[in-house]
Amino acid sequence: MRVIPTLLIDRDGRLVKSVRFGKRTYIGDPINAVRIFNTKRVDELVLMDIDAGAAGHEPDWDLIGDIAAEAFMPVGYGGGLTSVDRIARAVDCGVEKVILSSALAEGTALVEQAAARWGRQSVVACLPVRKSWLGKPQVRVRQGRDALPGTPAEIAARVTAAGAGEIIVYSIDRDGTWEGYDLELLRRISEATDAPVVACGGAGGVEDFRRAVTEGGCAAVAAGSFFIYQARGRGVLISYPAEDRLRRDFFERI
Amino acid sequence: MIAIIDYGAGNIRSVQNMLKALSLPARIVRDGAELEGAERIILPGVGHFDHGMAQLEARGLVPALNEMVTGRGVPLLGICLGAQLIARRSDEGQRPGLGWVAADVVAFDRARMGPELRVPHMGWAETWVAPGTALPPAFDAAFPEDARFYYVHSFHLACEDPDRAVLRAWHGYEFAAGVAQGNVLGMQFHPEKSHDFGKRVLRAFAAWTPEKVTT
Repeated sequence: MRVIPTLLIDRDGRLVKSVRFGKRTYIGDPINAVRIFNTKRVDELVLMDIDAGAAGHEPDWDLIGDIAAEAFMPVGYGGGLTSVDRIARAVDCGVEKVILSSALAEGTALVEQAAARWGRQSVVACLPVRKSWLGKPQVRVRQGRDALPGTPAEIAARVTAAGAGEIIVYSIDRDGTWEGYDLELLRRISEATDAPVVACGGAGGVEDFRRAVTEGGCAAVAAGSFFIYQARGRGVLISYPAEDRLRRDFFERI
Repeated sequence: MIAIIDYGAGNIRSVQNMLKALSLPARIVRDGAELEGAERIILPGVGHFDHGMAQLEARGLVPALNEMVTGRGVPLLGICLGAQLIARRSDEGQRPGLGWVAADVVAFDRARMGPELRVPHMGWAETWVAPGTALPPAFDAAFPEDARFYYVHSFHLACEDPDRAVLRAWHGYEFAAGVAQGNVLGMQFHPEKSHDFGKRVLRAFAAWTPEKVTT
């Protein structure tokens, strides 16, 4: 079981936090955040450039390399990875996993190519999910603009078959809200794939982590706001639950 | 001063940063001449075995490393590919290795592994000291009962003398996660990506005085 802080960076290389993929709050310097997590026994970090995919701008390779070098734990990177060349560049920067999302708008070919070259373990598909006005969940990539055909469960099965070794389910509706993960969505997706599913978007506490595992069938949980703010509506304090608290409230109850 | 060998086989900056965080003086070394004066050596690296050996040779590092390690008994820690290069040979390539440890590098044996297990072996794994083997005492505290480390590899070391495989981990079967012979140590995992646990290993390495020299 893994608990993964998720760091979002913007086109200027700043650490930001979003709410429902919209309003952003500037948090600070991502390198500083990594240094803080370095002192907290974090087993893995996720780094996403939320502007690289949509604006089509080239990922900030220097920054990715700096973050990978600074992190004393494995790092997964996503954002703007739309070709094999760009994935190769990210791997050369020293990240252990590559996260593909916008590329899924073109189908699953890139997932296949990446898995063939770097192994499934290195390839993560991130499915951003938003409910339509009819309440139907849809996978929407490119900052929520493009809906992929099929249900989230079907898409999860498809990317798994193509070679994704892990699937991050990122709820756009819950992003930055502290309302808890969308457990129903997680459950449907985890039943549709053999790959480990990582819950992301909405965590407000350790209890939410536990429910993502016991009710959502997830293998790992990721969170942004929860690690970055002291509490909902309060100031920035990059934190991570102490190991004894994680064990008591989370690991021992699943 | 710890010399970190940069031979074009992967990003070595995490190793450098972790040593810096531990306030351990280190220097990047890119050729044989720069190695002079090193008190300890870290040989990191990821990638293909033959590529690694070719890069070491191209930089004139092989004779210099041999002189330091087998001639002068300078302690050396190989990490990941660096741990494999200290062996005699590898299933992955044709070139001979540095040959400081009586071990060969073999591919994960899928026949001994459950179908659910993947190669490369990638992720965190519990890692323990093999009972009755001679892990240098300086490293005792670096491997507590809950020790876990981050791995990315498709090949692993296989020692002629099982007592040389001082650290073990499991991926379908128990494999050599660490090997020790004289002043040479190899670790298959990445201490620089294993936060606190990795720091303890690097700190122990910096304090280690080998009793015997590899010949």
